[in-house]
This record gives sequence, structure tokens and C-alpha cells, in this order.
Amino acid sequence: MKEVNITELERMFQEKIDQDIKIEPKDWMPDDYRETLIRQISQHAHSEIVGMLPEGNWITRAPNLRRKAVLLAKVQDEAGHGLYLYSAAETLGADREDTIDDLHSGKAKYSSIFNYPTLTWADMGAIGWLVDGAAIMNQVPICRCSYGPYARAMVRVCKEESFHQRQGFEIMMTLAKGSPEQKAMAQDALNRFWWPALMMFGPSDGESKHTAQSMKWKIKRSTNDELRQQFVDVTVPQAEMIGLTLPDADLSFNEATGHYEYGEINWAEFWEVVKGNGPCNKDRIDTRRKAKEEGQWVREAATAFAQKRAARKSA
Amino acid sequence: MNQAHVEFVLRIADDSLILGHRLSEWCGHGPVLEEDIAMTNIALDLIGQATSLLNHAATLQGEGKTGDDLAFLRFDREYRNLLLVEQPNGDFGMTMMRQFLFDAYRTILFERMQSSSDEMIAAIAEKSLKETKYHLKHSSEWVIRLGDGTEESHARIQESLNTLWRYANELFYTDAVDDEMRNAGILPDLSDLRQQWENTVNHVFQEATLTIPSNNWKQEGGRKGMHSEHLGYILAEMQYMQRAYPNMEW
Repeated sequence: MKEVNITELERMFQEKIDQDIKIEPKDWMPDDYRETLIRQISQHAHSEIVGMLPEGNWITRAPNLRRKAVLLAKVQDEAGHGLYLYSAAETLGADREDTIDDLHSGKAKYSSIFNYPTLTWADMGAIGWLVDGAAIMNQVPICRCSYGPYARAMVRVCKEESFHQRQGFEIMMTLAKGSPEQKAMAQDALNRFWWPALMMFGPSDGESKHTAQSMKWKIKRSTNDELRQQFVDVTVPQAEMIGLTLPDADLSFNEATGHYEYGEINWAEFWEVVKGNGPCNKDRIDTRRKAKEEGQWVREAATAFAQKRAARKSA
Repeated sequence: MNQAHVEFVLRIADDSLILGHRLSEWCGHGPVLEEDIAMTNIALDLIGQATSLLNHAATLQGEGKTGDDLAFLRFDREYRNLLLVEQPNGDFGMTMMRQFLFDAYRTILFERMQSSSDEMIAAIAEKSLKETKYHLKHSSEWVIRLGDGTEESHARIQESLNTLWRYANELFYTDAVDDEMRNAGILPDLSDLRQQWENTVNHVFQEATLTIPSNNWKQEGGRKGMHSEHLGYILAEMQYMQRAYPNMEW
């Protein structure tokens, strides 16, 4: 076999990327590309799974049957997203159980937004509207990601996220035009979730250590600050439309740029939450770990049964 | 007649609602991701059934109430569900055993109710039967898997059966409401319900290597609004918003 050196392979790989040819699981890829994708996709999968908890917290208390059914369907979608994201990571050789163990040990991260508590029903509105809204901003460009399985998973995820975003906005709109208590509940949820939602786009471009390489590999198609700006531009008029106030005294529209300018994000808080010191980090991970531990006997039984059945068949 | 009709619909509706509530408590806590998806899906089916049935009950009642009013503003003693469905989730095996005992009954009930003279009931039964057959497949497979899995899983699921068996008899509870519904053609003949149910259950337990407890201690009362202590907490949680903020749109 003719020896092809790594530099040549990397050149051909980058050429494919530059021509927008998708990379598929069996194609050659640089180790760093694989590692970056595994990190990003499993982080994304973990976010879906941990993200089930803050909303799952309100299913049994949803205010009417329709809201209960919609919330159940939404949380079920998130479990489904987790499943196909873990599958996408598996195409890169990352075992699902290993990546989950990394989550439980604190080695792998997930979106910091899910480390904030859901205190009132209005939080279901705020999460759908802002958190799913921000997720869509982040994920739509990933539909064009250079790695085929991730890009294709994202097409499906984005369709469902846009339904999630609309149901969240609809909850907020209903509350905003409801009784004074309901409006106050909606405003309070917005106050608590606005800044954490902005933090979902990650550190500023200057601080983001992965952005440049990820952009070159077309894993990432826009920078954190670009996406954050898009989100602010879309969301500010929506808040105005339903008569809620964004908790940012510095927020203003810049006629010259056509963009909203917003105040300074509390990056100290962001890094604390990323490091594990947010209000719910411990609860979330403890809950996931407990689910895995308490399910151990069930998984063992399923494996034992499958083996018995296979043995009986071959006997 | 109308009162019995409402009562009859509420009994089926409340079974779906309370079991759907219990299953939804699992959300995010399942033993594997696939089961988180399955259990939320089944909960969603049950909440959907409850919604159709409660809306129908509210219409029959003719007092201007909605299905939501019936779900969120009735008190414990007005709830008509089986004691079985309000029992706590316990471990995954307990949840699957509860589900299996119920699904085996529900499948037969919905099969028969498709020929109800109440067209709404017949339509709801037809739609729900499709869902319930899938639920039964899911729960019976787990009962078999856990029963014939490891020593630990066998012991656990046998213990769940021992715990829940006392509530199985109530599945076949009948009273004047059922008589009246049968005479009106709303409730088809169910005289062989127990026999049919036992066929399913015995078959599955045999494959699962499980033993039906010899203890015939029976508990009932749910159909008359006499519940276990668990229901009060379910309703306290479920009705919290409507009780705290009455008469609002959500």
C-alpha cells in the first residue's frame, strides 16, 4: 500500500471541508477533529438529558391538561434528542455509557442554563421562549456542520426546537395578558432567565479557546458573539410585543448598526456555574447519578435475559 | 341514568389521569434513556385519554364545567380511580408490574367498549385501544425480562407482585352503575373480563417465572371515592396551580 503521510491527509481533509463535502464516520479525520466533535456532541447530548430535569419538575404541577400534555411531549422530545446525539457521538467511537460516566464525574460539561432552578410555572414559558430560542440560534448553523451525522441530527432537532420555542412564548404571552399576579410571575421568570440565556452562547469571542479551529473545520459556522447578537435582536421586540421588560438598563437600539446593544454579562457568574458552583449543579448531577445507580439492576436483568434467550434459541 | 353515565365515564377517565400522573413522575429518572422516552410517551397517551374522557364527562354532566374543572377542582372523595393506579412508583419493577396488571385489564375493556352505544365512548375506546396494546406489550415484556432476568430482578419483581396483588381484584369491581350502563348498551358485556384477564396474566407470569401470591387479601373502594392516603398528595400536587390561582387562563 502506498504510504500517504499525515500532512497530505490533513490537506485533503481540509480541502473537502472547504468544498463543503460532508465528512462521514468512515472517512479519515484528524484526531483533534474527532475529539472536538465528541466533546461538543456529547456535551450537547448531556444538555438535552440534564435539561429534562428543570422542566420535568413542573409536569405534575402543570396548570391544565393541555399544558401538561404539551410539556410532557416537549420533555420527551428532549430525551429523543439526547438519544440521537449520543448515537451521533457513537459514530465517532464514543461509547454512550462512557460519555455518561464523564458527565457524572464532572469531566464532561453541559449547558450551564440547566443549573438554574425552575421556581414557578412561568419558568416553563421562559425556558421554552429563551432557552429553546437560544438553542435554535446555536443549532441552526450546525445543520450545515461539516460532520454528516451531527448535521443531519440537527435538522430534526431544530424542527422540534422551534415548536418548543413557540409553546414557551405562548405561555409567556398568556401570562403577560393575564391577571396582575400572572404578569408578575412572567416578569420574574424573565428577570431570572434573561442573563443566563445570554450566557448560553458561551464566552466572548476573544475568550473562546475553541472557536477559531472549529470555524476552520466548519463544526462551528458563526462565533459566540454573532449568535448572541442575533438572539438579542430577535428577542427584544418579542418581549416588547407582550409587554414585558428585559432586565437590562443598558439595552438600547443602535440606529447606525441596526442592532440592539446590551449591558455587560456577569462573566464571573458564568464561570462559577461552569465550574460546578451554580445553584443546581450538584442536584442535577446527583439526580442523574442516582437514576443510573438505581437502574443498574434493571439493565443487568435485561442483559441476563437477552443472554438466556439467545442461549435457548441456539440450544 | 345520566348520573350513572357520568360516574361511569369518570371511573375510566380517573384511571388514565392518575396513572398518567404517576408515570410522569419518572420523567428524567428512568433506568435507561429509552425507558425515559417510553414512560413519558405512555404518560402522554394516558393524559390524552383522560382529557377526552373528562371533556366527555363534563358535557354529559351539562353543568357548564370543563374537563379541566373535573381534573383540577374535584376533591379526593370525588375521584373514582382504582386504588392500583394511585400506588407509589416504587422501583422500576413495581411501576412495570402496576402497569402490566392495569394494561391487561384496559386492553380488554377498550376492546369491548368499541361497541358502546355512546358513540363518543366507542371512538375514544378505538383510539385508546391502539395505544393500550402497545403499553401492554411494553409492560408485559418488562415483567418477563425482570422475572426471568437475574436473581435480584426476580426477587424484586416478585415482591412487587406480592405488594400489588391485593389491588388486582378491584379491576373487576361492579355495582349498580355498571348494571345501569349495561342495560343502556353503553357498557358491553364484561362477564368474562376476569377470565380473559387471568389468561393474559397467567401466561405472562408463567413466562416470567413468577408466582401469584396465595394471600387473597383484597383492597377496594376507589370506585366509590374511598382511596388510599396516596391520592391526597397526588391531587395536592396536581391541583396546586388551580387551587392557588383560581379562575385564570393558562
